[in-house]
Amino acid sequence: MKLLVCISKTPDTTARIAFTDNDTRFDESGIQFIINPYDEWYALVRALELKEQSGGELHILTVGGADTEPIIRKALALGGDEAIRINAESTDGFFIASQIAPVIREGGYDLVLTGKETIDYNGSALGGMIAALSDLPYISLATSLDVSEGTATLRRETEGGEEVCTVSLPAVVSCMKGMAEQRIPNMRGIMAARSKPLKVLEPVAADTLTTVVCYEQPAPKGAVKMIDPGNEEELVRLLHEEAKVI
Amino acid sequence: MSVLLFADTTPEGKIKKNVLEAVCYGVAAAALMKTEAVAVAAGNASADALSALGRYGVKKVWQAEGEAFERFDGDVYTKALLAAAAKEDAELLVLPHNFHGRALAPLAAARLRAGLVSGAVALPLLEDGFVVKKGVFSGKAFAFVRIDSPKKVITVSPNAFPVKEAGEDTAAVMPLEVPVKAEDIRVRVTSAEQLSGAVPLTDASVIVSGGRGLKGPENWPLLEELAAALGAGLACSRPVAEAGWRPHHEHVGQTGLTVRPDLYMAVGISGAIQHLAGVNGSKCIVAINKDPDAPFFKAADYGIAGDAFEVLPRLTEAVKKYKS
Ligand SMILES: Cc1cc2nc3c(=O)[nH]c(=O)nc-3n(C[C@H](O)[C@H](O)[C@H](O)COP(=O)(O)OP(=O)(O)OC[C@H]3O[C@@H](n4cnc5c(N)ncnc54)[C@H](O)[C@@H]3O)c2cc1C
Ligand SMILES: Nc1ncnc2c1ncn2[C@@H]1O[C@H](COP(=O)(O)O)[C@@H](O)[C@H]1O
Repeated sequence: MKLLVCISKTPDTTARIAFTDNDTRFDESGIQFIINPYDEWYALVRALELKEQSGGELHILTVGGADTEPIIRKALALGGDEAIRINAESTDGFFIASQIAPVIREGGYDLVLTGKETIDYNGSALGGMIAALSDLPYISLATSLDVSEGTATLRRETEGGEEVCTVSLPAVVSCMKGMAEQRIPNMRGIMAARSKPLKVLEPVAADTLTTVVCYEQPAPKGAVKMIDPGNEEELVRLLHEEAKVI
Repeated sequence: MSVLLFADTTPEGKIKKNVLEAVCYGVAAAALMKTEAVAVAAGNASADALSALGRYGVKKVWQAEGEAFERFDGDVYTKALLAAAAKEDAELLVLPHNFHGRALAPLAAARLRAGLVSGAVALPLLEDGFVVKKGVFSGKAFAFVRIDSPKKVITVSPNAFPVKEAGEDTAAVMPLEVPVKAEDIRVRVTSAEQLSGAVPLTDASVIVSGGRGLKGPENWPLLEELAAALGAGLACSRPVAEAGWRPHHEHVGQTGLTVRPDLYMAVGISGAIQHLAGVNGSKCIVAINKDPDAPFFKAADYGIAGDAFEVLPRLTEAVKKYKS
């Protein structure tokens, strides 16, 4: 089986978010970057498990600048076999998907896995877009994934419920919690990753359909109103009369 | 030209609040764009349920009916959206940012070559192009995103836009012909279940959430009683789900579900940044923690610094008293 996992570089979950240039650019100074957690913990680890079960090849793909190489090496250290970096930076889902679709077409992948969403731009869009551009079936927000004889069986969340479904491969799946458990790369993996192939491709011509014009910090929160323990009735009154939420 | 709204219906043919919010968003956007709002529905909702969308300002609803639409299928539903979009020459497609909207929006956007903004929190600004505000960095900031393509797709964040009835009108419900071939259905659903009893988190306007401070699953009845008194949904922190104290679908935060209720009550949760990322869109936050320096108090509107095991029963009583 040939597996492709799409990973994205995101600021660490504890990063303090700030902007520069008149709030038009994300301030990267002092920011630690990680693999988007959904991509690493769920998509990549599940792909590794599938490869361990039934063999095959696992490729890592990211669309990003040279500064994404540390996260690519980490994905290889966790067990990816080779990686492709498409040398372009964009926040537009359609542009990124247009870069990934030809790789899927040429690579002959059985399964393409993405995370549920990136924790920076929160598009939750890329999986669907690459499926549409590649004319592959798309299963969104999957919480489990098994493969047997060319058919995948998945569980996915629906509004207030859950569904089990099957699909013939190839297919695109976006992954969320439940799919797998986080792994930590070991020393051997880290050493091996250094010599695994990393191919850098130049982007294909594609339209950019959206542009971030500027950013805004949320209005600062007013001070918390503390209520003494024992005075719970006062809290209920405030929630009703002041906050008007019950 | 028009604005096309996806009127997502439940398996019982009902239209939920977050869908009505997106409908009202679309109607308001159409007014700004000086055009009409038309809806599209797929599935077997009753004509009455759909024509009631007229109250929110929708004039016409296209309905794709038949066996192929009985269950949600991304490809097939996208066909219905595209068919209606073509009929109405839709410039903008508006969907709720729920499970279905999130599956359909990117499929439709890619096929229409439309720029997509997901999770919009405010109406488009039209002074300088077509600019939509959305939450980014897991709710830690907002971005204003300009859509430059002639066709546009937006998903609307839950609980960000009010539902407003415009009058007593009814919408005309029209059958939408969408040819579906057997090979169009590529995903086969083998079983589906609705989680019974509990209020689904994505629908809940009040959520009561528990963390490791509650010590163990045997103490959850305290939280469940409060939730029952408030008609609230139940959530938990990640370590609680990881430890198997509560099911995974209750885990909220950066790596779990993002929720935006009117009221989020966090009990025995420290308020780690990754937890806050999934709940900071809530209108009002209450933190209950025995540590007066717990970080959650900095993110909360109201707080009680006290022992959950003493506070919870008293709070449940107070809520019951207020409700009666
Ligand atoms: C990449 C990443 C992603 C993550 N994603 C998530 C996520 O999605 N969601 C999430 O929740 N976490 C997430 N985490 C974990 C997060 O950092 C915290 O570890 C976690 O939220 C802590 O859970 P907690 O507050 O229940 O437990 P603790 O941090 O152990 O806090 C327990 C709290 O209970 C209080 N307490 C104790 N006894 C009582 C009592 N009797 N009465 C009242 N209060 C009491 C304590 O004062 C303490 O504040 C993530 C971490 C990482 C690194
Ligand atoms: N630049 C990128 N390169 C490769 N994969 C990406 C990129 N951006 C997003 N993805 C993948 O698409 C998923 C959804 O991203 P998004 O639509 O941006 O929320 C992520 O979880 C990744 O798996």
